[in-house]
Parts: sequence; structure tokens; C-alpha cells
Amino acid sequence: MKNWGFKISQPRILDFDTADLESYSRLVEKVPSAHRCLMCGACTATCSANVHTEFNFRNTHLMFRRGQFDGLADELDKCMLCGKCKLVCPRGVNTRAIIYNMRIVLSDMNYKSIEL
Amino acid sequence: MENKSVVIIGGGPAGIEAANSLANQGLKVTLIEKSDEAGGNIRNWVKLFPDFSNAEDVRANFRNILKNENIEFISNTEISSLYRDGNHWIAKNGSDKTFKADAALLTTGFEVFDAKRKEELGYGIYDNVITSVDFEQMYKSGKITTAEGKVPERIAFLNCVGSRDEKVGNHYCSRVCCINAVKQAIEFKELVPNAKAFCFYMDMRMAGQFYEELYRKSQEKYGVTYIRGRISEAAATMDNRIQIKAEDTLSALPMKMTVDLLVLMVGIESSSSTTELSRQNDVLGLYGFSKSKGLYGNDNLTNQHGLFLAGTCKRPLTLPETFADARSAAIEIVKYLKTI
Repeated sequence: MKNWGFKISQPRILDFDTADLESYSRLVEKVPSAHRCLMCGACTATCSANVHTEFNFRNTHLMFRRGQFDGLADELDKCMLCGKCKLVCPRGVNTRAIIYNMRIVLSDMNYKSIEL
Repeated sequence: MENKSVVIIGGGPAGIEAANSLANQGLKVTLIEKSDEAGGNIRNWVKLFPDFSNAEDVRANFRNILKNENIEFISNTEISSLYRDGNHWIAKNGSDKTFKADAALLTTGFEVFDAKRKEELGYGIYDNVITSVDFEQMYKSGKITTAEGKVPERIAFLNCVGSRDEKVGNHYCSRVCCINAVKQAIEFKELVPNAKAFCFYMDMRMAGQFYEELYRKSQEKYGVTYIRGRISEAAATMDNRIQIKAEDTLSALPMKMTVDLLVLMVGIESSSSTTELSRQNDVLGLYGFSKSKGLYGNDNLTNQHGLFLAGTCKRPLTLPETFADARSAAIEIVKYLKTI
């Protein structure tokens, strides 16, 4: 395609009128404690994967909550399921189960991570 | 202390509670209220945070207190001037009524913020933008509906309307709106379980006992979604719903959504009587509230001998805090009356 020197940017706006907020309900059915997450970030602060990669559990969880699934499957693959995040959560959120179940819900929706 | 009298200006919770304590000790109390009945802002409320007790029980108790023969309750009387004359305090309603007593207690309380001043939020412009006080009025009728009579599928609550906003001149936190939003979101979800409730906030300030527990319950049991971000503007859609814009600050993305009803959690401002009577007596503090002598141990005193303060004329307070403050003011007044 001819390069005109400019491109059209996709809107970044989160549109709650069209976003899929129902998949999060499916997750919460499996992990009721997910509702309690305050987004404090203690999970991410203690995360071993976060030290070496850009994996951010808090943000991944939030984007799932907002129905923004693109790229999440790849992100989740960076988690080693060590469970340290669960130990530090001040609201007793089962973070490890959230990761596990996000993977299941995403794969049901055919969001696949890149095969290694 | 024989035959000593106290004039209390403001027949809300602080005034009534202080009148109760003083009258029970044999003092003659004149309780003056500008509107036609006692109760102040509590008259607008149905249930109280954080335990959902009935505001009507509180009001019934007020009516009982006012039966005390040592309390003379005077309604429909707005005091326009208050001053000291020797060892007495004089309160006047224009020129037709004069009340004289040995001590005066200011319990002129607060008024809710006028949401029309935040024009960008559309209150008074769009029918489906309401305030937390309007919500209570609607809740009193047993159902929450849009202006068109439809049961909302989506509702949004916005905190800090008129609070923590230098654009309206109020730098302070009103303290009660966060927990009130949690309470109203739960009340809404109980009425309409399948609807979605969103609450926009800058900080959720759950500093009272059992507030955090209620906040947690609203998420866990009722699925209320909290979004950290201040709604910048609201506009009506073609079908008279309300489109709101905010930043979802936790994801650092702009967001928009359409809701059926937007509830503005209006803050606490000093009442006009609080400001005017404080100004006359040189006890005017910041934001039009009354200024006590000091926060520690002399919070009911003023720099004027025999003039006392209680309740939300000083600053935003919750109802239990107001009651406690009124009782402490009564103790100070009795102490003072023994010295004159």
C-alpha cells in the first residue's frame, strides 16, 4: 500500500456501551472474590514475573474487567502461577484463580496466545 | 443555675439533641427553627448509613424530645441578628420577634451543594441527572425510575460534586457522600437486582466504623462497579439517556458510557444562617462555616462569652458525630452558666 506519510489511529476510548462486560461476570461466577479487588497493586508489586517482564496482574485483571481482551492471553502466559500475589492481597482476592480462569474464559472466546 | 435560659438557633439534629440535654438539667430552652418543622436535613432521608436504620425513628425521637416542657419550640422563624447585650444574648427575627437568654448556641447546620453550579454535569438541564437528595425522595416512594418512568438498567453515581473542587471554591471533603453513594448504590441494586450500578470516585473515603465493610459488601454481594475517575461532562442522548465521559484512571484510558440515570453526590456547604450569624459575631471561619475556639477541648466554645457552637455549622459531620458534639456543647453551656 502506498505510504502517504500518515495513518488513521484507532480510538483509544473505552466504550462501556459496546464493551463486553459479561465475560467478567462469567469470571466472577468462578472466582467471587474478584469483585472485591480494589486495584491497589500489591499483587503486581510482589510479582516475580513483573520483575523480569512487563506482566502486570493488576492491569491484566482490570482490562479483563473492562472487556478489553486483545493481547491478554499473551500477557497471562508470562505468569508462573507461583501465587505470591495471593499472599499479599489485602482483600483476600484469589488472584491465582483469577489468572487460571481468565485463561479458560479467553480460550473459550478463541483468544489464543502465540504458540511458542 | 436556677432560672437560667439558653437560646438555640437551628432545629436540626444538633439543636434538638443539645436542647434535650439542657432541658433535662432544668434549663429553659428556646429552640428556634426557620422552616415549619424540626429535623433539618434529616427530614430528607429515608435510611441512614452505614446500618440502614430508619431516619423516621430518629425523627420520632425528635418529636418526643420536643414535648419536654422546658423546651419552647418556635418554627417558621429565621433569626437575622444575634448579639450580646451585657450578660445576655439577643436573637432577633427582623424586627418582630426578640428572644433573650443567658447563653446562645448556634446549630444552624449545613445546606447541600447546589448542583446547578456544576453546569457541565447537566443538573437542572437534563431530567435524568438527579442529586443524592432527589434519590432519597424517589426512594421514599419505593421505586427508582427515570423521568420517563422507566426502570433504569444502568445508573451512575458521581462523588465529590461540590466537594474537593476549587472550581466551586470548596477545597474540603464533605465526608458523608462516599458512604452515602455506597448506601444508595446498594438500595438501588436491591430494588433492581439486574441493573448495573457504577460509582465514579477520586478516592473512596471509608473512614467511619463499618464503612469499609459496607463498601466491600456493595462490591461482593451487589456487584457495584467502582471507577476511579471524575466525570468531566454529561450530555443527553437522542432518547434522553445520559452520556458521560471520564478517564478510567486505573487503566489510563478515556472512557464513555450511556446511563439511564446519573446521581450527583452533592456535598455539604455552610448554611446561609451559619455564615451570616457567624459573621455578625466575628466567629466566621473558612468556607462560611463557624469557627470554634480550638479543636482540642474547646471545640464548642467561641471567642465570644456565652456563644457556643454545635454540629455542622462548624464543618461537615455525620449524624452520630453531630449528636455527640451537641451533647458536649450542652456540658460546656452548663459549665458557663454556673460562672455567670
